[in-house]
Amino acid sequence: MNVSGMDGAATSVSRGSDAQQARLRLALGPLAYYWPRAQVHAFYEAVAGFAVDVVYLGEVVCGKRHEVGFADWMAIARALEAAGKEVVLSGLALPESETDLRILRRVVGNGAFVVEANDMGMVRLAAEAHVPFVAGPHVNAYNLATLGLLRDAGALRWVMPIDLGADALRAMAPLPLPVEVFAFGRLPLAWSARCFTARARDRAKDDCGFTCRDDPDGLALATLDRESLFVLNGIQTQSARPSSLASVIDEAAALGVSVLRVMPQSQHTAEIVRSFRDGIDGRVTPEEAARTLEALTGATRPGYWRGAAGMGPRTEARA
Amino acid sequence: MDAVVADSHPAARGSVACRAPDLVCPAGSLPALKAAVDHGATCVYTGFRDATNARNFAGLNFSLADLEIGVRYARDRGVRVLIALNTYPQAQNYAAWCAAVDRAAAVGAHAIIVADAGLMAYAAKRHPNLALHLSVQGSATTYEAINFYADRFGIKRAVLPRVLTLGQVASVVAHARTEIEVFAFGSLCVMVEGRCQLSSYVTGQGPNLNGVCSPASAVRWTETAAGREVRLAGVLVDRFAPGENAGYPTLCKGRYEVEGATGYAIEEPVSLNTLSLLPKLCAMGVRAVKIEGRQRSVAYVAEVTAVWRAAIDACICDPEHFEVDAAWDARLARLAEGRQVTLGVYHRSWR
Repeated sequence: MNVSGMDGAATSVSRGSDAQQARLRLALGPLAYYWPRAQVHAFYEAVAGFAVDVVYLGEVVCGKRHEVGFADWMAIARALEAAGKEVVLSGLALPESETDLRILRRVVGNGAFVVEANDMGMVRLAAEAHVPFVAGPHVNAYNLATLGLLRDAGALRWVMPIDLGADALRAMAPLPLPVEVFAFGRLPLAWSARCFTARARDRAKDDCGFTCRDDPDGLALATLDRESLFVLNGIQTQSARPSSLASVIDEAAALGVSVLRVMPQSQHTAEIVRSFRDGIDGRVTPEEAARTLEALTGATRPGYWRGAAGMGPRTEARA
Repeated sequence: MDAVVADSHPAARGSVACRAPDLVCPAGSLPALKAAVDHGATCVYTGFRDATNARNFAGLNFSLADLEIGVRYARDRGVRVLIALNTYPQAQNYAAWCAAVDRAAAVGAHAIIVADAGLMAYAAKRHPNLALHLSVQGSATTYEAINFYADRFGIKRAVLPRVLTLGQVASVVAHARTEIEVFAFGSLCVMVEGRCQLSSYVTGQGPNLNGVCSPASAVRWTETAAGREVRLAGVLVDRFAPGENAGYPTLCKGRYEVEGATGYAIEEPVSLNTLSLLPKLCAMGVRAVKIEGRQRSVAYVAEVTAVWRAAIDACICDPEHFEVDAAWDARLARLAEGRQVTLGVYHRSWR
């Protein structure tokens, strides 16, 4: 298990032994969409050259998606590790069946990489196998008591639920685990047994024809007065607009955040990573990085981070 | 439906005697609690009048004094009271949630229904005699997740999210080291409970942290030339033609546009009704069936409890010849949201 160096700097800060602010690291979250196999491989070949420190790999949304199999993900993981990335293998957020559990057991038993648990079932599997894990954003860990339990079960890092913000971090300090924050991407808002993409296309989930492959950034849903509201991504519902914490990079660092997570999109992921990198390294101000990303992607200003509605201050996007 | 899997369970095939599942009924007030007890509930679930539970609505839920009366009323009649403490506490309010656990124990509740692992650890340590049920808000969809809580806190029962097909429920029952409770009737959450931020995304308040969904303070109705519009924090959720039945605006049951088509893109406003599945649920070993609706009227609680009591009794008496009485369905249909019912996800094609 290549856990050496994992969050080394951040851990020393969380122990309070080092008053110096740790360097904020940048992570690329797991791909939420179903892209054709060639596109996935091309994307991660490019990621090897991205200025990210951590890369999460694997299928989080739907156990039926098969364009990229476990062996493919492992090959991509080894290539990215060779390129100097810290690799984490992510697990399904909503396991339902024995088949899904088999997938999770295979991820946990990969033998080489740290895993991300997105459900308490996978937390248990990782704990039983003594495999260190990142407690992903879909594990409902909202307080220190729960974080302590996760740490005791083998968690190395906590990805804060998307609906927590700066006040929660302040109130929880000092944290028992290094913290990662969802910093850019369409917010993963809800999960269902129902596949909304299949439903929109009049298909049964069991005979979906993998129609989500047609939506490289999810299927847009607008209100009756044409405000872009959500994106349907199989069993997952996301915000239509990406949420961006670029404007609060410095605030996050000051609060002891170790890692900022940026999510893959079919367009502009390289530019998004670059803007965050520039903001973290001080080549541009956080405000400049935020404006660049707004212009490029229509990203919203911090909402949950400020203890407000996740959609942030209302500047309506028309479909 | 996963009939193949469900029917392959030995108890589903033949004359194996079924054990009656607990009938777990909602009570948002003392009169509702009494109605549930009087009409045949095995358990009544309630909550305190604050954000510690997922039905934190104005005018709903129990003061400590009412709860004391309610627990005594139920206990004298052999009915167990469960208290839902199923929202997620944060550092700022953690002590208040722990105090609610202490109050639940002091008032003599049989069990608390909890979602947060940290709070469960507190309850298990402080009140070892207070049974722990894993709330549906805990989003445990597999036996591995349920056994995580069983390993650590000795939980007695887990309530399954309305996500699994009958076959999947049977698999969880077979492998979980706790009793399993399923939703049987009431409003249908299409999203996995505990995994839905639609309300908080738009309004800043949601089930996990605030115990509310689509808070009434954020709802605005407006008559327009295009019809009667309902908005949530400014976001248009639906528009109704004259005479059209206008339901409460939750984001999952709104009408939207997807690829040029307009409609209920996420879920129609329908209710779950699983009466016809009762023999299968019993046969696979489901230990409790839950009625949704702490926010509903006393009359609703009385009627639904009475129908389900009759159905369970009939099913246990003669599971092989159990048939849903048309009168039961008619009585339940009158109470259902949107007056339409569905087998929901238990019927595989719903997905």
